[in-house]
Parts: sequence; C-alpha cells; structure tokens
Amino acid sequence: MWGLLDFYRSAMKQSMLTQFQYRAANYFYMIGMIAEPIIYLSVWSVVATAQGGTVAGYDAGAFAAYYIVWTLVRNMNIVFTPYGWEERIRSGELSGLLLRPLHPLHYDIAFFAGWKVVVIVLWLPIAAILAWLFQPVLAPTWLEVAVFAVAIWGAFLIRMMFLWLLGLISFWTTRVAAIYELFFSVELFLSGRIAPLALFPDWVQALADWFPFRWTFGFPIEALIGQLSPMALITGLAIQACWILVGLGLVMIVWQRALRRYTAVGN
Amino acid sequence: MELARLVVVFARVGILNELQYRVNFFFQILESAIALLTALISLALVFRHTTMLAGWQPAELLVVMGIYGLMSGIVQAVIQPNMVRLARDVFDGRLDYILTKPVDAQLLISIREWQVWRFTNVGLGLLVAGVGMIWGQIGFDVWQALLFVGMLLCGILALYSFWLILTSTSFIIVQIENLINLFEGLFAAGRWPVSIYPGWLRVLLTFVVPVAFAVTVPAEALTARLTGATLVLAVGVSVGLFVIARLCWRWGLSRYSGASA
Repeated sequence: MWGLLDFYRSAMKQSMLTQFQYRAANYFYMIGMIAEPIIYLSVWSVVATAQGGTVAGYDAGAFAAYYIVWTLVRNMNIVFTPYGWEERIRSGELSGLLLRPLHPLHYDIAFFAGWKVVVIVLWLPIAAILAWLFQPVLAPTWLEVAVFAVAIWGAFLIRMMFLWLLGLISFWTTRVAAIYELFFSVELFLSGRIAPLALFPDWVQALADWFPFRWTFGFPIEALIGQLSPMALITGLAIQACWILVGLGLVMIVWQRALRRYTAVGN
Repeated sequence: MELARLVVVFARVGILNELQYRVNFFFQILESAIALLTALISLALVFRHTTMLAGWQPAELLVVMGIYGLMSGIVQAVIQPNMVRLARDVFDGRLDYILTKPVDAQLLISIREWQVWRFTNVGLGLLVAGVGMIWGQIGFDVWQALLFVGMLLCGILALYSFWLILTSTSFIIVQIENLINLFEGLFAAGRWPVSIYPGWLRVLLTFVVPVAFAVTVPAEALTARLTGATLVLAVGVSVGLFVIARLCWRWGLSRYSGASA
C-alpha cells in the first residue's frame, strides 16, 4: 500500500516537472479549448437577455460563472484518449507497459493526475481574464469550495475509468471513431457540458441520473456556483465514489478479456 | 490554364486513391450523421427557450448551420490535410521535393491531398441549408444565388489563407496538433451568426479568424440580409488575407533549409 502511494508521488512529480517544461504548448492547448465555452456562454447570454434576463433560473452572471468554472472542469476531464489505444496496440507499445510491475491503469492515472496540477496553476490567469471579460456572479461558501476541490478529482477519476473502458474496444476492432463520437455526443448533452442540465426537459434530466456523465461535469460546476444544498453536495460526492468503483470494476472485467486477444511480435 | 490542369490532375489522383477505401464512406456517413444530430439537438435546445436568436429565426439558423457544415467539409477534405502534410514535410525535410519542381510551390503544397469522403459533409450541409430554406419559405432569385456562390468562394479563400498563415509558423515551431485544435475551436464559433458574440469577439471573428466571412456572410446572402458594405468588406478581407498568406509563406520559405532528404 505504502509502496503504491510512493509510486504515485514519484510518478506525479515526474509528470508535473515534464509538463511544466511545456508551458507554452499547454497554454496553446488551453486557449484553443476556451473557444467552446465562450460560444455557449454567448448563445445563452443572448437568449437570457431576450427572455427578460433569466433562463431556467440562470441570468447572464450565473451563465458566466457556470462556463468559467466549466473551463477548469473541462481541463480536469481530459484523460488518456480512447483514440490512443489503437496506437498502443498497433505499435506494440503495450507490450512494454505490460512488463512493468504495476497495472498500466496506475501509470495513466498518475501521469494525468500530475499534469492536472500544472493545468490548475496555468488555469488561474485564464480564469482571471475570463472573469474580467464576462463578470461572473460567484459567492461560494467554504463547504462548496471544499466539495468542489474534491469533486474535480472525482470527475477526473470517473472519466479516466470510462474512457479507458471505451478505449479497450480497440482490442476488438479498429473501426472505433463512430462509436467514440456517439459516446462523446451523448456525453455532451447528458453531462451539462453544452448547457446546464436545468435547461433541458425533465425527461432528459431524469435520463442523466442513470449515466456517469453529469458527475464528471455538471456536478462539480453546480457545487461551486452554489446551486446545491449541503445534503446534495455530500450525496453527490458519494455518488461520484460509486461511479468510480463501477467504472473500475468494468475496466477490470473487460481488461482481462481484452488482454487475452492481444498478441505482439518483437518490440 | 496550366494551373487549372494541374489542379484537376492532382484532384483526380487523390480521389482515385481514396476511392480504394470504400468502407470508409459508410463510416464517414455515420460520423457525419452523429455530428448533424448533435447540431440539431443543440439548436432545438436553444429554441426551447426563445423564438428568435439575435434576429435570426430557427429556419434561418438551420441555413447558417448548413453552411457551417459545408465549409467545414471543404476544410477537412482539402485545406486541412494539405496544411498538415506541409507542416510534416517542413519538419522532415521532404519539402525539398516540392521546391525543385518548376511550378509555383504554394500551388503544389495546396493541392496534394484530397480526402474525398469528407465531402459527405459538404453534401449534408447543402441538404440542411436547403431544408432550412424550404422550411422558412425563404425565396431567392438568380442574383442572390450568384451572390451566395461569390460569398462562398470568398469564404473559402479566406479560410485557406488563414490556414496557410497558421501553417507558415511551422517553419519556426512544430505545433501542428495544437494548430488543428486551435483552428477547430475557433471555427466552431461559425455554427452561430457572429452577431450573437460580444463586440471584441466579433471583431476577432471577422478580421483575424475569418469565421464571419466563411459562414455568416454567405448565410446573409441567402437570407437577404447582405448589405453593400459587407459585400465590399468580404471581398476586401479575403483578398487581403490571401496577400498576407502569400507573404507569410514566402517569409517561411526564406527560413527553410533542406534536410538532405
């Protein structure tokens, strides 16, 4: 157990140092990503103004807060891409990963977790500029801040598990792009990424309860912008923990079967 | 004339090459259908809460969305693949092969790749725009149709020039993945008319990233919104961007040193 913690500490430190060297590349990437929330924010601000100020309880300031927090949550959401599995399998890189003493999942989690620390630091100035441009209304309590700080890591782990699971499909077929795109489309709507879930019809919100997506995106944001009762905040963290375990269980089961299909020559 | 013949030859070879992989066509249709459905659902979500968006009705926004699909189809089929290949060639020195040929190098690097299945999005975009026109009962005459085609060509020229300017940076830094990411992020703003964005962003989307001229202006031409001033501006900015792109390309080339490929 302590050995594992030691591994995580070293691996995260290593990836932090590596990623901090690529500050410019990281910034370039983050700026490209910022266009998306600004588009949503602009659309909903226009709608809110046309409807006399608010839509489903959100006014321009609340939308601004939602989408600025969105930028951090989105960055926490970036994990090993399912498209990367094809390369790992085809190039035989996986053979090397399998020879290591720990499960490859540990290496991915540690690498991305370390990177996240750099991302959070780099994000702060971006958030300041966005806040100056869009004037968000945000007054979180200490409990909300604390829950948010935990929930973004919960979101990271849930998405890590489910995208890993999705990527494992590559062991069976290389025609994966359509499946992945479908997954990302469903996620776009049911997670609260394109718009707060409150803007959707009731049946969509009910549907979203059955998927892990809202706990990777909408929940952390809503926690910080002050829409949830203390009870809902704590329950939310518990549900996140459940989804992490469900995801982990599924990854373990599918991983066993996937490995049986893996063959490699050389490397 | 010689130039046109070259373009046709390259396009023919590129298309024949891609036609070998016919199954790709079905997967492309599947992906395009998912993307279209996603776009339609987001439109429906917006109009669940309002009847007009910055003066545009739902049917008119469908036209905007269709033209966005058409333009991104052209970018993905021809412009982007060529630029990505250019950046790779600069990196590994294979640009040498282009420079030794007797034709203008800028032309050659712009017509080498034709990802023909991506044109699915062009067809689908036209279909969506057409449905929007019929649904909104938006009539148009020959003059407007000509104007629309003219504005489309200006838009394509502007997008091409913008991509070439971006790619010319690969003569000093290798960042092609980030360039694609940056372009796609910014270009997605074209799904909506630029008039919904705050002032500073509108200026950016008009004069720096030519989203306005690539999508909104052709849509304005179709929905009888185009003013004479916008028309002149569209032509001016497109040609201006092309000149800048040409200068950037020449500047980039002057820094290029072959790698004995």
